[in-house]
Amino acid sequence: MTMLALQNVSKSFGALTVTDDASFEVPKGQALGIIGPNGAGKSTLFNLITGNLRADKGSIHFEGRDVTHVSAMERCLTGIGRSFQIPQPFEKLTVYENLLVAATHGRNLSESDVRDDCADILERTELIKRANVAAGQLSLLERKRLELSRAMATQPKLLLLDEIAGGLTEGECQALIQTIKEIHAQGVTIIWIEHVLHALTSVVERLLVLDFGQVIGIGDPDEIMSSRAVQEIYLGIDV
Amino acid sequence: MAYTVTTQTRASRITTALGAVLIVVLFALPFFAGRGTIQDMFFILTMLVLAQFWNLLAGYGGLVSIGQQAFVGMGAYALFGGVILWGLDPVPAILLAGAAALVIAVPTAFFAFRLNGAYFAIGTWVIAEVFRLLVAQWKTLGGGTGTSLPRDATRDMWFVELIKEALDVRSAAARDILAYWLALVLALVTIGGIYWLLRTRRGLALAAVRDNTEAAKSVGVDAGRMKWIVFLTSAFGTGLAGGLIYMQKARISPDAAFSVTDWTAYVIFIVVIGGIGTIEGPIIGVLVFFLLQSLLADFGSWYLLTLGVLAIAIMLVAPRGLWGLLSERTGLHLFPIRRRLIGGRLTSSEE
Repeated sequence: MTMLALQNVSKSFGALTVTDDASFEVPKGQALGIIGPNGAGKSTLFNLITGNLRADKGSIHFEGRDVTHVSAMERCLTGIGRSFQIPQPFEKLTVYENLLVAATHGRNLSESDVRDDCADILERTELIKRANVAAGQLSLLERKRLELSRAMATQPKLLLLDEIAGGLTEGECQALIQTIKEIHAQGVTIIWIEHVLHALTSVVERLLVLDFGQVIGIGDPDEIMSSRAVQEIYLGIDV
Repeated sequence: MAYTVTTQTRASRITTALGAVLIVVLFALPFFAGRGTIQDMFFILTMLVLAQFWNLLAGYGGLVSIGQQAFVGMGAYALFGGVILWGLDPVPAILLAGAAALVIAVPTAFFAFRLNGAYFAIGTWVIAEVFRLLVAQWKTLGGGTGTSLPRDATRDMWFVELIKEALDVRSAAARDILAYWLALVLALVTIGGIYWLLRTRRGLALAAVRDNTEAAKSVGVDAGRMKWIVFLTSAFGTGLAGGLIYMQKARISPDAAFSVTDWTAYVIFIVVIGGIGTIEGPIIGVLVFFLLQSLLADFGSWYLLTLGVLAIAIMLVAPRGLWGLLSERTGLHLFPIRRRLIGGRLTSSEE
């Protein structure tokens, strides 16, 4: 079954086309990685999927339903969760309250219903000891973990991760990979934008390459990585 | 490894006890205090209500309005209209004041919500001016010069006779006592109501929208709806306060009832020096404001200059206001809303 389908999606800011006729599908339960050089339009693609931006052209279907004109809030309620590339915590709220907002509103439940879930997520992402600290006081790693935790608190069917491993040490990165693998093993469909390629390829089953807003390749990670287009982009080989 | 959540702190338990005593004392005040004190307390309480609602709007909702005088004025005029045109008793007409403010808040929000930040602020001010000019055309209510409440309406007001007998005071004093008690009830309901709202999941959503609107939308918070709820609630409360203030004054004019200085600038001063985004802030702020006014009111424009300089000084030294400064130093919260997860792998020492 198809979880997410994009058909000919385009988005421009003035004269600059950031997403150019993008079409692809993500089957339910799959983990898809997205790579591409800086400015290729990866985060914009995410914002189009989550509804933080609206597409100029094309359509986006989630679980068969056309969500092209649906708000970010409603897309969250239907099961699309996300992390932001630059962590966007609710700074004056505590770590626990950050999750509480997501769990109560993203799932439309009461605070007491979601308390144990939130505590459980915080234990898995190793933030539990910081539960009562204001999110504004967290370190970078903790902020990244909070992004992941808060997205998980909405209990998404589709989880979008935007450069969640960037800026972390190798050890921190491994711990994060482990957590993401566990989430994926529970059946959550994942789309993950990442520059840290070994982190990405240790989790995803399929890889998509984006360049100048266009999908220039999608398929098996090994094949994609050895393809000419990717070599050209990443190694600068002239063909 | 079970977890529980609490918002209580030791200070909040002490506050609850002290607060209960204070409330009893405040209700009993007319039995031992003079008329001057009652009038001062009425002023403090009504300004506190206005400050709490502006704080809800700006401090929690991020909606910095400088047009709250629209709701004070419209509430006050609705009360006068209800009494003069329909022969209503002034006491129930206070509810009409709230309703009228709510009614004009809908189109106000419809236009003002198209604007953001400073534009929103100016927009609300302009809209308030429009209402002032419209009301000044209302000839039956005195037009630009204003009017007074009819003598028999104030004389026969609900509860006044009862208070006169019970406390053995004259009519005028009895009316002040009635207004004071109503203001006290309104202030308590306001503080209690806002505290309750902030402790619900709506309150969490409000804080999330204030901290980061895009992220709030992405976790399922209906940011637009939160803005409406906050705007309409504070319009309603501000309208009630406006009605009550002018019921006590018994005399109204458009310039006074829609005064941006009296009903918005002073209110912003109270919230900012007390501590924006806290329930405690406006309480501290209104006391400081009252003190300054009592000390300096005779100095005319020097008084306003002092207020301005003080506001600037506090913004520079303590951007989170006097309460913010105190609470930062001591960790004190009289109205705690922070949900603390305890138990499981969290021992209490790590709070």
